[in-house]
Amino acid sequence: MRTPARRRFMSALAGIAAVPLLPVRVALAQADPFAPLVQQITGGAPVKGGRVTIDTPRLADNGHSVPLKVSVQSPMTAADHVRSITLLSEKNPRPVVATFHLGPQSGRAAVATRVRLNGTQRLLAVAQLSDGSFWSGSAEVEVTESACLDAS
Amino acid sequence: MVARVQLPREAKSGEVIEIRIAIQHPMETGFRYDLAGKAIPKNVINTLACRYNGTEIFRAELGSGIAANPYLQFYTLAEASGEIEFSWVDDAGQRGSERASIVVVG
Repeated sequence: MRTPARRRFMSALAGIAAVPLLPVRVALAQADPFAPLVQQITGGAPVKGGRVTIDTPRLADNGHSVPLKVSVQSPMTAADHVRSITLLSEKNPRPVVATFHLGPQSGRAAVATRVRLNGTQRLLAVAQLSDGSFWSGSAEVEVTESACLDAS
Repeated sequence: MVARVQLPREAKSGEVIEIRIAIQHPMETGFRYDLAGKAIPKNVINTLACRYNGTEIFRAELGSGIAANPYLQFYTLAEASGEIEFSWVDDAGQRGSERASIVVVG
């Protein structure tokens, strides 16, 4: 027989359990796994979101070879072009996947390749423009069979 | 190292052309073991450069996150007829190169 007293006791218990968990959740959400790497690339300069797109299948069957295309919105003129694009992985043992160096002679700021992905994760591309500004874009990829990059 | 470069045979001056390259290379990550249980050393193509009539138009620094038999596709402006030459080097110090020619009209 559930009495109101027991109910009050149970809800109080639930409250006690929930309170210390909340701040931990918030801290986890704020810790960006890319932050130290991005810091290394930019040297502390601010990174704006946008202009960079990663085109990749939402679901990749085979993590050993995932087709991917990074493109940046840029007129690619001598005055305004993309200097470099760095591709970062959240879960690979070596997070820096590749760096591509472009210039005004590229005509179009887009590079396509095939990457290895060690599991379902978020990818981040950071582009440096000729004016020194940094832009980034990300993509989520669900990997069914991960590239067994770790010794296991 | 065997490689294949693909680009249009002919282009108009100032046109944006697509260049593709595929190189036969295991891109060994260094995380794998052979049948005897010995670690296979990391060996990936770490740098690849593309020159158009001697001027560098594209460069890539690659890591173990690039799939085996690396494939790259990028763009460039067709400016003059001539040679597009790729050169690369892997962790073992082995170098490779491949070239293709293009005719630019107009």
